[in-house]
Amino acid sequence: MEVHDYLKTLCPDLHITRGEYDEEMRYPETKTLTIGQFKLGLCHGHQVIPWGDLDSLAMLQRQLDVDILVTGHTHQFTAYKHEGGVVINPGSATGAYSSITYDVNPSFVLMDIDGLRVVVYVYELIDGEVKVDKIDFKKTTTASH
Amino acid sequence: MMINGIEDEDKWLAEGIAAIQHNAFYMHRALDANNLREALKYSAQMLSELRTSKLSPHKYYELYMRAFDELRKLEMFFKDESRHGVSIVDLYELVQHAGNILPRMYLLCTVGSVYIKSKEAPAKDVLKDLVEMCRGVQHPIRGLFLRSYLAQISRDKLPDIGSEYEGDADSVMDSVEFVLQNFTEMNKLWVRLQHQGPGRVREKLEKERSELRDLVGKNLHVLGQIEGVDLGMYKDAVLPRVLEQIVNCSDDLAQYYLMDCIIQVFPDEYHLQTLETLLGACPQLQPTVDVKTVLSQLMERLSNYAASSTDVLPEFLQVEAFAKLSNAIGRVIEAQVNMPIVGAITLYVSLLTFTLRVHPDRLDYVDQVLGACVKKLSGKPKLEDQRAKKQVVALLSAPLEKYNDAVMALTLSNYPRVMDHLDNETNKVMAMVIIESIMKNYTCISTAHQVEVLFELIKGLIKDLDGTAADELDEEDFNEEQNSVARLIHMLYNDDPEELLKIICTVKKSIMNGGPRRLPFTVPPLIFSALRLIRQLQGQDGDVAGEEVPATPKKIFQILNEMIESLSTVPSPELALRLYLQCAEAANDCGLEPVAYEFFTQAFVLYEEEIADSKAQVTAIHLIIGTLQRLNVFGVENRDTLTHKATGYSAKLLKKPDQCRAVYACSHLFWVDDQDGIKDGERVLLCLKRALRIANAAQQMANVTRGNSGPVTLFVEILNKYLYFFEKGNPQITSAAIQGLIELITTEMQSESTAPNAASDAFFASTLRYIQFQKQKGGAMGEKYDSVKV
Repeated sequence: MEVHDYLKTLCPDLHITRGEYDEEMRYPETKTLTIGQFKLGLCHGHQVIPWGDLDSLAMLQRQLDVDILVTGHTHQFTAYKHEGGVVINPGSATGAYSSITYDVNPSFVLMDIDGLRVVVYVYELIDGEVKVDKIDFKKTTTASH
Repeated sequence: MMINGIEDEDKWLAEGIAAIQHNAFYMHRALDANNLREALKYSAQMLSELRTSKLSPHKYYELYMRAFDELRKLEMFFKDESRHGVSIVDLYELVQHAGNILPRMYLLCTVGSVYIKSKEAPAKDVLKDLVEMCRGVQHPIRGLFLRSYLAQISRDKLPDIGSEYEGDADSVMDSVEFVLQNFTEMNKLWVRLQHQGPGRVREKLEKERSELRDLVGKNLHVLGQIEGVDLGMYKDAVLPRVLEQIVNCSDDLAQYYLMDCIIQVFPDEYHLQTLETLLGACPQLQPTVDVKTVLSQLMERLSNYAASSTDVLPEFLQVEAFAKLSNAIGRVIEAQVNMPIVGAITLYVSLLTFTLRVHPDRLDYVDQVLGACVKKLSGKPKLEDQRAKKQVVALLSAPLEKYNDAVMALTLSNYPRVMDHLDNETNKVMAMVIIESIMKNYTCISTAHQVEVLFELIKGLIKDLDGTAADELDEEDFNEEQNSVARLIHMLYNDDPEELLKIICTVKKSIMNGGPRRLPFTVPPLIFSALRLIRQLQGQDGDVAGEEVPATPKKIFQILNEMIESLSTVPSPELALRLYLQCAEAANDCGLEPVAYEFFTQAFVLYEEEIADSKAQVTAIHLIIGTLQRLNVFGVENRDTLTHKATGYSAKLLKKPDQCRAVYACSHLFWVDDQDGIKDGERVLLCLKRALRIANAAQQMANVTRGNSGPVTLFVEILNKYLYFFEKGNPQITSAAIQGLIELITTEMQSESTAPNAASDAFFASTLRYIQFQKQKGGAMGEKYDSVKV
């Protein structure tokens, strides 16, 4: 509850899907929403086996019919572009322990959605320093749904 | 002095003012005509208005001010001998013939002012004469204002070093003597004011009396401004006399005001050097005097003085300021037996504030103050007064705020003793304050001993204290408390694995007593601390022959097991299952097959026996499958047992779609992409086929109006899995099988009995698009897909 309230102070427009330790039953397993020209899907990812497997995640992406799939669970930042769109895993904002990833660096992602273009800014805390990286994605209109 | 009513008073005041103005008019005429006799006659008549007994202090002041202004004109006339032709010496004699003493004295003081300025006699002689003659007026209000007049006109004429009135060697002492005498008499008169008047008007009178306090206090200001009053004279002559008067007058209003005056008027350096004398007066004051504010003011000033420059600090040590203040406070508390507990604690808070500002490096002083507080609280029942509790919290918070380091607090032996005297509620409030301090400052708590002391301090949060039931607590507050404890546990760390393990064991011991409501909050963070430690130790071989190496993964896994087991008392089977799976994977990474198997067994037992909710089962089985899929430590037999269980339970989920999804998820148990990973193509296909059968069965049962994805979606999902393994090179998955599935789905979607479903359509379409894309890739992938027609 406290974390939920804190996140709401960052942005009142908050979308949450259920993680494997969440006791709040009302959070859905998946969620889709539209921002600008993009359809986004959210899913924590513990439901998609093998965990962190990009092909299996791509399948979920097709199923949700979204351009961008935001997922987690592995506590490891990844951004993966495939024919159907983009899969983004922002990693863990707190650097929490994961059985999947050794040496978790705290990280988060900001996405700037503008027209048919999305710029992904990834912030990582590595050895006490904040490092920022940027990845561009363009949506091709032929692949529009 | 009887006051019959405000309207009457206003009437009398108006009458008095009118009379003054009337006489002043004639006085001015006489002055213009240089007629001394007439001037004296009318000024005496004017001053007679000040003989009234009918006015309250407030109103009398107004009358007085009128007269005062008129006397200035008279003084100018007196000064100019050419106008009246009388020498100042004779004039001094002449005015004493006025009929009544009050007008006589006002005129005498006015002449005296001119007399001193003329320097025809030493200032000290005139002053002495005047201050003694004022004794003739013993009426409190009239006497007070008369002496105030004397003080006003003498202010700039006191003999002092470098002043034009400086006489012989002892002239400063003479000034001091004069002011002290005037002060003493004024205070006596002022105190006597309170004894007049009946009870019902006393409150109003007290308020008005209070307004006159500056008349008395002004004398102290004057003393403070005399250049020649150095530390020695202050110490020997001024302070003792002033304190004597303060103590002897036995009036609480005067005592409080004048003590405060001394503190504000005289330099801090003087206070330091006369600390014992000044403090010595405090226990002698009336019990109703708010002595704690007086002492707080003093300590505040001294703190600021100490902060003003580092050169000053040795002085504090030399005069033993801390010891003196500490003793004084003790004596005040002892003397005022009726002082409520909040008063005593407030005094200690002030003393602690002083100590932290002036002697921050002296933790022994800090501990001493806490110890004095403990002594005061001993033998009494737990505090009930809200204000007192607040003050204790302030007392305990002060060192935390000063040092920004809760570890400091841990070293103060009296800190926990003070906390023990708090009631349970306040104890917890304080515990939260401590945790907040640690969080805010990222305080490093890095030894098991520190952890032990800390957890003892915050024990109110860790377990039920005697007399409380956890049920009484507001749920939100309780959750907040426990979350704070959880966050705290995350902060406990040491690079040295041995020490970290000790810390973990210390915390474990503490939280195991927390009871079922607390364990779900406190156990997980400790578990993850331990898992992190295991990862750190992973490289090391735990079975070094002949050596006692305490911190080994094996040992830690035992501790982990105990901790997760405790969750059964809550009960928290879902949480425990997740934690068992985490441990299983960690054991896998350490190569400890039996340990991993044991954890997995525990997880399955919980699944079988404790998790009945169907939704919870779905999530749980996916976690089991997901974890198992990643483990490579198991030998064939063990692995077979576990995968058999997993697929079995998958097929037994309540709802068909859930069964289907769990079963095809199991297909991944038989195909791991690593180099040495299992790649059992047949069993993969078996799973997928089983999933298909379930999907078929679901389709037959389907209630079309129901739910999110119809059975067709399941087929598309399974198709995607076929594609997955097809691409990975599972020889059992043929392009023909894929083709067949595609046709099956197409048929189903076009069938009349199937309600159109946009989501399924889109999913199928994007799957086909994907196949197309793969075909167009060319190369090996393109070849593979060649025979698949979309």
